[in-house]
Amino acid sequence: MAVIEESQQVYRHPLAKKRKALFILLPVLVIIASIGSLMIGQVSFSVAEVLNGIFSREDTLARRIVWEIRLPRILIGMVVGICLSIAGTLLQGVMQNPLADPGVIGITSGAGVMAVLVMVVFPGHIFYLPIASFIGAFSAAMIVYILSVKKGSTSPTRIVLVGVAVNAICGAITNMMMILYSDRVQTVLPWLAGGLTGVGWVQFQNVIYYALITLLFVMFSVRHVRILRLGDEMAKLLGHHVERSRLFLIALSTLLAGLAVSVAGLVGFVGLVVPHMMRLLIGGDYKHLVPASALGGALLVTVADTIARSVFNPTEVPVGILLAFIGGPYFLYLIYRKGNSFAAN
Amino acid sequence: MLRTESIHYEHDITKFQLNNISINIKQGEIVSLIGPNGSGKSTLLRVISQLLKSSSGEVYLDEKNVRQMKKREIATTLTMLPQMNNHQLDLTVRELVEFGRHPHNKNNLKLTKEDQEIVEWALEVTRLKPLEHRLLPTMSGGERQRAWIAMAVAQHPKVLLLDEPTTFLDIAHQLEVMELVRELNEKYNMTVVMVLHDINQAAQYSNRLIVLKRGTIYYDGSPQCVLCKEMFATIFEIEADITLKSGRPVFTPIRKCSNHCTSQCINLNDYKEKRKE
Repeated sequence: MAVIEESQQVYRHPLAKKRKALFILLPVLVIIASIGSLMIGQVSFSVAEVLNGIFSREDTLARRIVWEIRLPRILIGMVVGICLSIAGTLLQGVMQNPLADPGVIGITSGAGVMAVLVMVVFPGHIFYLPIASFIGAFSAAMIVYILSVKKGSTSPTRIVLVGVAVNAICGAITNMMMILYSDRVQTVLPWLAGGLTGVGWVQFQNVIYYALITLLFVMFSVRHVRILRLGDEMAKLLGHHVERSRLFLIALSTLLAGLAVSVAGLVGFVGLVVPHMMRLLIGGDYKHLVPASALGGALLVTVADTIARSVFNPTEVPVGILLAFIGGPYFLYLIYRKGNSFAAN
Repeated sequence: MLRTESIHYEHDITKFQLNNISINIKQGEIVSLIGPNGSGKSTLLRVISQLLKSSSGEVYLDEKNVRQMKKREIATTLTMLPQMNNHQLDLTVRELVEFGRHPHNKNNLKLTKEDQEIVEWALEVTRLKPLEHRLLPTMSGGERQRAWIAMAVAQHPKVLLLDEPTTFLDIAHQLEVMELVRELNEKYNMTVVMVLHDINQAAQYSNRLIVLKRGTIYYDGSPQCVLCKEMFATIFEIEADITLKSGRPVFTPIRKCSNHCTSQCINLNDYKEKRKE
């Protein structure tokens, strides 16, 4: 009797079943995708070889490829996917606009300018790459934010328009640097295309601590992004500091995006596609949307990177390009579907 | 309970002004603001609820200046329901109502036991308990309006400001909302200040009417006092017929005033003197 009552309690919310299913399905898919990704490549392995490669310390070919190359690459891909999709989710919430994405509003290209600056102008200081990308991303975000705020409130259209302009300016600066230092461009190109080629445990270690700390803040951010959905006025009437929340959320998404860019280069559209798909599946409540997007982002990047490095064998396509092939048309589809009404939710 | 002291406000672009608005609303009153379009009714509510900043003048809540109150503190005493709320929000009624506890509940996404009890109570009062797990976009306009009111109720304010709570509702749902407002006032002693378009409804459900025109208060008094031919001529520039139905005045518009009628306009002071005579 009590059990029945309890189960009814759980399923009363119209989306509860879907949510529960998704939160079981997504982690399972992430695990399957990672195992698949460990198996597939220029050299293919069986499940047993993969497991052996991970858990035994014998110096076999499987060990060297699975442990030294593929595993760190997959883990970094997941971190990148998680960071970008949460950044996108939070930005969409802040700007109340489904088109907000670190790439769309210029945050990624802001990070790009600084990163290219370090890579081509000061190649000796490559160590500062992550910090430089943070600074670039944050400056771009602040420019977009300040220029699109009028009298204490932010209009979604304005923020996207300013983002377009910031993107153009950053693109111009990046191109300018590449022309002026054309002899060093070779190192930059794959990075600009956004890829995970050649990343290993070192990069993973560089990025994981930042990522974990930032994700801790994400847990506190959900309350803020949730209430913004009710609209600025309603949030204010509920005693919420709307502008303070916005600033916090923008800073947080910038950190997340900068983190991803510093390790994987200009990977776009993850922050756009994933949250939007999750929203279609489980609704727009950020309490569920943020973790679902994180899982979805991890899954998308894992799958996309596996395809990028194996399908066009022996050539490797940067995962950023592959994602642009998925994300670009999706973006156009969103614009087509939404017409002029860009109200989020 | 709620007092404003010579509020001035000017809109940056339209230059619309509120002039010298001083009102004093007592605990337990239902006050309706009426007036033609663009007379500043909604603006006044927004200034009171701090959505708009007045250029001068003070607002007091429980004799405390709101300038010295924290946002959270204001939100637990006074709240407002703006006219247009997001219709596409895919929250359930219960989830929406739970947002009402936001100013009371500082850190968590989880509600305390007390919060939950108040949410239950808000759902009961607004008779939304059977619909608590419905998503807002699947509900009728009237139900949705009640859900938003329930959220404001869960905020447990002493003063509730409503901006045209019945607009876009059919007459049955309008009455339902008005009855709910009356119940909140009578049973739970909530002070209500609302903007209403329907003057007869305002007269029927309020203890007091405040009439605004061009950002200035012209009349302030009981419905019986305020609803008179001069008021309709001055404020709305129409001729109206006024009858009493079970103690409440009811008006019927007859025709738009001719020029001759508007030239007879009287201002508030003349009106008060006339009353005294």
